[in-house]
Amino acid sequence: MTDEKGALQDALDEAVENVGAEVGSLSYRQLIWRRFRRNRMGLVAGALLVVAYIGALGAGFFAPYHYQRMSLETRHVGPQRLHLGGGHGLHVYGLTATRDERTMELMFVADPTKIHAVRFFARDDAGSIRLVTSDGPMYLLGTDRMGRDLLSRIVYGARVSLTVGLVGVFMSMILGSLLGTASGYWGGWADTLIQRVIELLAAFPPIPLWMALAAALPADWSSIRVYFGITVILSLISWGGLARQVRGKVLSYREQDFVMAARASGAGHWYIITRHLLPGSYSHIIVIGTLAIPGMILGETALSFLGLGIRAPMTSWGVLLEEAQRVTVLLHYPWLIFPAVPVLIVVIAYNFLGDALRDAADPYSD
Amino acid sequence: MGIYLLRRSLIAIPTLLAISVIAFFIIQLPEGDYLDRKIQQLEEEYGDSSSLARVDELRVRYGLDKPVWQRYVIWITGFAVGNFGESFEYEREVSELVWERLLFTLVISSGSLMFTYALAIPVGIYSATNQYKLSDHILTLLSFIGMSLPSFLVALALMVFTFDIFDVPLFGLFSSYYEGAPWGWGKLGDMLTHLWVPVVVVAVNGTAGLMRIMRGNLLDVLGQPFVQTARAKGLKESVVVVKHAVRLAINPLVSILGMSLPTILSGATIVSIVLGLPTVGPLLLRALLNEDIYLAGTLIMMYSVLLVLGNLMADILLAWVDPRIRYD
Repeated sequence: MTDEKGALQDALDEAVENVGAEVGSLSYRQLIWRRFRRNRMGLVAGALLVVAYIGALGAGFFAPYHYQRMSLETRHVGPQRLHLGGGHGLHVYGLTATRDERTMELMFVADPTKIHAVRFFARDDAGSIRLVTSDGPMYLLGTDRMGRDLLSRIVYGARVSLTVGLVGVFMSMILGSLLGTASGYWGGWADTLIQRVIELLAAFPPIPLWMALAAALPADWSSIRVYFGITVILSLISWGGLARQVRGKVLSYREQDFVMAARASGAGHWYIITRHLLPGSYSHIIVIGTLAIPGMILGETALSFLGLGIRAPMTSWGVLLEEAQRVTVLLHYPWLIFPAVPVLIVVIAYNFLGDALRDAADPYSD
Repeated sequence: MGIYLLRRSLIAIPTLLAISVIAFFIIQLPEGDYLDRKIQQLEEEYGDSSSLARVDELRVRYGLDKPVWQRYVIWITGFAVGNFGESFEYEREVSELVWERLLFTLVISSGSLMFTYALAIPVGIYSATNQYKLSDHILTLLSFIGMSLPSFLVALALMVFTFDIFDVPLFGLFSSYYEGAPWGWGKLGDMLTHLWVPVVVVAVNGTAGLMRIMRGNLLDVLGQPFVQTARAKGLKESVVVVKHAVRLAINPLVSILGMSLPTILSGATIVSIVLGLPTVGPLLLRALLNEDIYLAGTLIMMYSVLLVLGNLMADILLAWVDPRIRYD
């Protein structure tokens, strides 16, 4: 018992020491950050996502080539290996096309006599500056059926795949918190109506509903309109859950003293909602939003995979995976499955981040 | 209980009606109709569409000349008596097309559901009783990966893998030998050997999520005073866990049952498209793309009916598992 007390005292002393001169209180935000920092997986996941978004933002710089750069002579080239040394620095071998004698299929073999140096911060053949590029063919993850560099396409595809979830969640957050607040604050018929609509949406299985809506996007829409159309479709389902959570929170705050006091001192509805009710649900909304993002990323991937989502010339990880749809293709060109790797990493990272945020969102409990 | 169930079933009717309205109108959203698409397709392929004679006559026959709401009324009144209309593309009654596929969908979905619960509950219990041990950490990591795996990728990977190793295509639900054969024991056995793949693939996501929930629930219950009392009485730990704690921790899982159905049906849809299974999914995709409106509408309705029925069953099950629930 005394031991325990001693340990507790030590911990307390240490805590006080750490805080140093500013003995006092920590803000809600500081408490959350403290709690979040303790979760290693959450930190790693968060850092990974930051890196991924930076990569997507600077796709024009990080990708070796432009994603639409075709080279019809080098279609379906397998991943090339990097070599070092021999007085050439980092380099890749050139490619020689041969035909398989039995199947008459075009094959590419590395030709060690031809050497293409890998250059950093150099201009590609279209004249834009790239982090890494090469004069000759350098396809580190292989090429697709039109000879486009898969690595570049994955980096560029991240722009769509990573933002579709963010934009979609942002939309469902706005919709969800508006309708959730209205539902909880005013109650009555508005509440009943909103709750019925949410129940109705929950009665649709998501993928078939998404399929039906995505198939309804007009064929002559530009890719940017299709992109926003898809995000709207994806957010249509997830706002319901969010609205319910917000409604629950608002209901529990509505009758509390601080809201009563605000009302008694003549505050308007809008003021009470934005100043007193919503801030209490912010952490909740953010956690639910974070956990909804991976579902949306997977939704976009699935829709594009089925050919209902993002349309060429725009590209996303789902669009890239569409090429890997048939087993026969995959068996011949297994590298076409590579776009699945970033999908998995990002979705797992979001799940870990959301989990860590959920633990941190309620810093007063332990 | 009886009255409660009756009320629940009656509420399902307006829900389904509302769904049918929304579904039917969503399907009609694309510009033009099936015949427009057909004409365009024929012109692109052969340069002329005169082979599709009497377009206007067909349009009248399918009711495509009428306004949408009239078409809806005709379709939904037929729906109530089992007449789902005609599929344009297959030129057959929709009801001839859907029943077998619905059965396969049901088999795969319910198989996945059973697999999910059969695996998630014991693993969740193990994870909770070994909290923060190495095995728990590994299971946590695995469950996160499992939650993040898109089922169509798992299906794709499994297909390539089995083709590579065993040299047999995993495609479809039957071997080519049994494809068109009449039903018999041989065909049933052949189907079962193919069936486990979609069942397991569809179950991956759900199992991972459910396992986490079971773990969390059980940890909550294990912290309660009555568990401590049971331990203090000198009961064996296994009895404390299984008879006292799990009995209580399992209730929320039953109420989640209804919520996990949409996910399972969604998973079954996309996995079926990848694996080429004769379920509702691939048919729906085709019907949507071709604007085969009555077929697509019927299939979406079938999904919703399955969900509503599943939710009803989940409620009955919950009442049976948790006798504290009163229905007045």
